[in-house]
Amino acid sequence: MEKEVATFTVKKGLAQMLKGGVIMDVVTPEHARIAEDAGAVAVMALERVPADIRAHGGVARMSDPELILKIMDAVSIPVMAKCRIGHFVEAQILEAIGVDYIDESEVLTPADEAHHINKHLFKVPFVCGCRNLGEALRRIGEGAAMIRTKGEAGTGDVVEAVRHARAVLGEIRRLQTMAEEEVMSYAKEIGAPYELVMETRQLGRLPVVNFAAGGIATPADAALMMQLGVDGIFVGSGIFKSGDPARRAAAIVKATTHYNDPYILAEVSRNLGEPMVGRQISSIPEEELIASRGW
Amino acid sequence: MRIGVLALQGDFHEHIAVLRRLGVEAVEVRLPDQLETLAGIIIPGGESTTIGKLAVDFQLMEPLRQFGKQKAIWGTCAGAIFLSKDAHRQQPLLGLMDIKVERNAFGRQVESFEVDLDVPALKTVSPEDAPFHAVFIRAPLISSVGSSVDVLAKLENGKIVAAQQGKLLVTSFHPELTTDDRFHRYFLRLAGAKE
Repeated sequence: MEKEVATFTVKKGLAQMLKGGVIMDVVTPEHARIAEDAGAVAVMALERVPADIRAHGGVARMSDPELILKIMDAVSIPVMAKCRIGHFVEAQILEAIGVDYIDESEVLTPADEAHHINKHLFKVPFVCGCRNLGEALRRIGEGAAMIRTKGEAGTGDVVEAVRHARAVLGEIRRLQTMAEEEVMSYAKEIGAPYELVMETRQLGRLPVVNFAAGGIATPADAALMMQLGVDGIFVGSGIFKSGDPARRAAAIVKATTHYNDPYILAEVSRNLGEPMVGRQISSIPEEELIASRGW
Repeated sequence: MRIGVLALQGDFHEHIAVLRRLGVEAVEVRLPDQLETLAGIIIPGGESTTIGKLAVDFQLMEPLRQFGKQKAIWGTCAGAIFLSKDAHRQQPLLGLMDIKVERNAFGRQVESFEVDLDVPALKTVSPEDAPFHAVFIRAPLISSVGSSVDVLAKLENGKIVAAQQGKLLVTSFHPELTTDDRFHRYFLRLAGAKE
């Protein structure tokens, strides 16, 4: 058999290798090295973390490829980067510079108000955000090889990540108890491809790896999401907007591994310094929320 | 027979699923005392820097080295790096196997691939002489092996991707991502399984 590249098995496979780990947002090569030394399984290379994107306002776009390349040079772990929803040319550019994963992300300003990228056309794998099972399976139908909850990025408030994880995992439990003849109209109701709904029902989980993202700021937040049943953790603003990023990063990594051991969680939560200030989601006007971006 | 899978980070659930299908008691290992009563341990795919750091932080390095002096250990991908004595880079390694590895030897993720490999040693667990379908993800190569190490599989270009030293086994690829369980059965024999 000839060597085959860019199969769905290898795209999904890299996400499987990240399971039980923490992916950290970084804005400089120095941050990237701090993240790697703290035990991150991958970094997300960005010009601004979500908290700063919120504060800055304006149009948020793909980062400068020069910055992403410098971060790729700085670390041996996989490097991810974000493109705007529907902006397939930003994705082509990210593939051309060789990033390991693309996040088609609602954190950036959407480029298309009706369509996401056809991710099957790319050799590089994609991760996409979701708020519920239908959204997750639509993204997988478009070729996403990894899913994450959207949460509400840049807030340090975990409540939306919890809501989205509970929605996805709860809907999967409901799907499994349904009579088979009910599945088609359920697929119609949630707007998801029937075959993927059936596959999810049979597996009892999403067909790809499912991480939590959006508002995770403490080791306890990470362990909460893991106990709810996600496969791993993205931390955006929560690390480099805190008082002692290296220490907090290492603690969140340990908490993600030992998520079921309250004694270790207590130990790693001690003396971490100031967490990111955070912003309660219920105090944010609806038009400023970003999780509703995506279709 | 109880087999452990190091569950610090990586695709340990995938290994556990294969072991359970084979009727083996499989347990997650995160702390040193969980090594007791195991006949062997698998170190899964993942990020070798993360696994190494957590193994140091939770005092697993010395217990794993002692374990590997008597019992079977199999490292897949990151696990293979962790078992090696040299990864051409400063990171925690068990150094149990006399091999040197080159991390990310094929390049970045877009170069990850699948290929069929000829693995003659698998004939001991299964008489069919079918090739083994191997999945390589940001995979390491085994760049050199010591005299006590047997090479089990090579790519067409001669690069080493599977090797064994006594009861220690390494593969650059991920048998846990396929439905072919011959490598798992091969490892169970190293760990002392009867059939």
